Amino acid sequence: MSTKKIMYGLYEDEEILIKAVKKVRAEGLKIHDCYTPFPVHGLDDAMGLRMTKLHSAGFIFGATGTLTALSFILWITTNNYPINYGGKPYLSLPSWIPITFELTVLFASVGMFLTYLYLNRLAPGMKSEIIDERTTCHMFAMTFEIDDHTTDAKKAEIRKVLSDSGAVEIHEKEL
Amino acid sequence: MFVSPLREPLIQGHKTYKQISDDICAPVETKPSKAWFLATTLSGLLAINGFVMIGLTITYGIGLWGLNKTVGWAWDITNFVWWIGIGHAGTLISAILLLFRQKWRTGVNRSAEAMTIFAVMCAGLFPIIHMGRVWLAFFIFPYPNTRGPVWVNFNSPLLWDVFAISTYFTVSLVFWYTGLIPDLALIRDRAKSAFTKKMYNIFCFGWKGTAKNWQRFESISLVLAGLSTPLVLSVHTIVSFDFATSVIPGWHTTIFPPYFVAGAIFSGFAMVLTLMLVVRRVFNLQEYITLGHIESMNKVIILTGSIVGVAYITELFTAWYSGNPYEQYAFLNRSMGPYWWSYWGMMTCNVVSPQLFWVRKLRRSVVFTFFMSIFINVGMWFERFVIIVTSTHRDFIVSSWTMYYPTTVEIFIYIGTIGFFMTLFLIFAKVAPVIAVAEVKSILKTAGDQYTGPNAVHKQDDHSHH
Repeated sequence: MSTKKIMYGLYEDEEILIKAVKKVRAEGLKIHDCYTPFPVHGLDDAMGLRMTKLHSAGFIFGATGTLTALSFILWITTNNYPINYGGKPYLSLPSWIPITFELTVLFASVGMFLTYLYLNRLAPGMKSEIIDERTTCHMFAMTFEIDDHTTDAKKAEIRKVLSDSGAVEIHEKEL
Repeated sequence: MFVSPLREPLIQGHKTYKQISDDICAPVETKPSKAWFLATTLSGLLAINGFVMIGLTITYGIGLWGLNKTVGWAWDITNFVWWIGIGHAGTLISAILLLFRQKWRTGVNRSAEAMTIFAVMCAGLFPIIHMGRVWLAFFIFPYPNTRGPVWVNFNSPLLWDVFAISTYFTVSLVFWYTGLIPDLALIRDRAKSAFTKKMYNIFCFGWKGTAKNWQRFESISLVLAGLSTPLVLSVHTIVSFDFATSVIPGWHTTIFPPYFVAGAIFSGFAMVLTLMLVVRRVFNLQEYITLGHIESMNKVIILTGSIVGVAYITELFTAWYSGNPYEQYAFLNRSMGPYWWSYWGMMTCNVVSPQLFWVRKLRRSVVFTFFMSIFINVGMWFERFVIIVTSTHRDFIVSSWTMYYPTTVEIFIYIGTIGFFMTLFLIFAKVAPVIAVAEVKSILKTAGDQYTGPNAVHKQDDHSHH
């Protein structure tokens, strides 16, 4: 049984990090992940990450909200308990629009938020493996997965590419 | 990305990422001052007093208020609309300005969104306590029941309001918390004591900040902004429908939705300014909430204030042009009747005063802006009072004419909500960063004064620190 370890380099600037990511990938090394204190534009492209499908989930939740509101109001006002309001038609679509709209927004937002939490593994009390406490403040980390079988030559290679690409600190950490 | 050199820097003092964290987290990490305790105690006491008055209202009924057969809605709905309106600026700043890519919003969006949530909480109290039997408040939601089942009336604007306000509150909360998660993680990682670390780890949901995390963060922020933008417009539109779909002269007008939305944003920006001018001074955040930020907000105030002014004049014109004697009388009575002072108070505060912001010097004056922000909120409170009370107190039949005066209970409930709002805001300011730290960091390279403006030391296309 080998223990899972992480080797990481810390950078001081996001532009150096993006250049470093490109360089490391060009050399054929597999980056485990990057940790940044704020959203860095272009980092996902440089790392070759796919675009998230989160917004598609939002659309599906929104459409569910629309259908829920319309079908529910339709069923109540025409079928379950029709009430005559001043001789107006039972099926009065225009006056259902506000509630339909609100439920669309509600379902889309809440559904998307819960999906976001699920995908990012976020929940109250969730244990987080903190690579380095400075990565939420001012440092940018690039991490590599290593284990007991990783050869010293491989480690040296990672070390070299990290320091060559501008990393100011390089550490190993057990997770 | 190219930024015009004419654009004012939004972050001053040649800040590094570390300094940004240090400066904005300082209020959370230091012990609260005596002034903070004093302010919190005072507003807390007002809030408690307000809740006691609400308790009395629930115990003895709304006969404790100054309402009568003719004026069935007064301070309660005035306060409701006033608070909801104040909330709108938070959503405008965080959603609409995000879609318009206005970078200055990053300095104020966190506090403005917090303000939205607290304001909506205060607003929501009023319709609930006006119900009288609050323990039956769940009747307003459509649920299967043993009374038929008689469902709620889906054609009523009052029901639309239930959906609009509850959706608005939920979505604002979700939006606010999404942005708060990475900043709470920052405080967790900076915390010295194990207890603080543990608490903040619970509230930041174990945020890590990986590239994929941030990619999803950007995606959800954009979609929530896109959803909140029509939502915020719909909320005050629906609030205005509460009046506009009735047949009361003075309420029955199609101009209400845009007029209410503009008024809401107008009053909300004033409240944001009131709070932020104090916050930036007390927490020493002048380098993040600059005069440029204040000027931008004052420009929004000129725009929305002018829309409100045009709406007032349009209402007068339409009343005259309609030829309807009841409509004409409603407006004559507003401006010359027994409540003339509230009408002219509204006109002065909302129409005349924002026009002073055309002068650049006044727009950039902190003291002047602070007083104006108070004036505007007073004026916007008067506006709702004018619309609600002056339209109803002289009914169609002269024998029903009456006056409305608030009772002590009503006054203290209103003051209580202000205390409640301030208490929540003061607590928020001590436990979470009042400025969105991660978002401010993300604009440093394009809006920091070492990169742009007269004090720039780096060239536009050279962004390296070294």
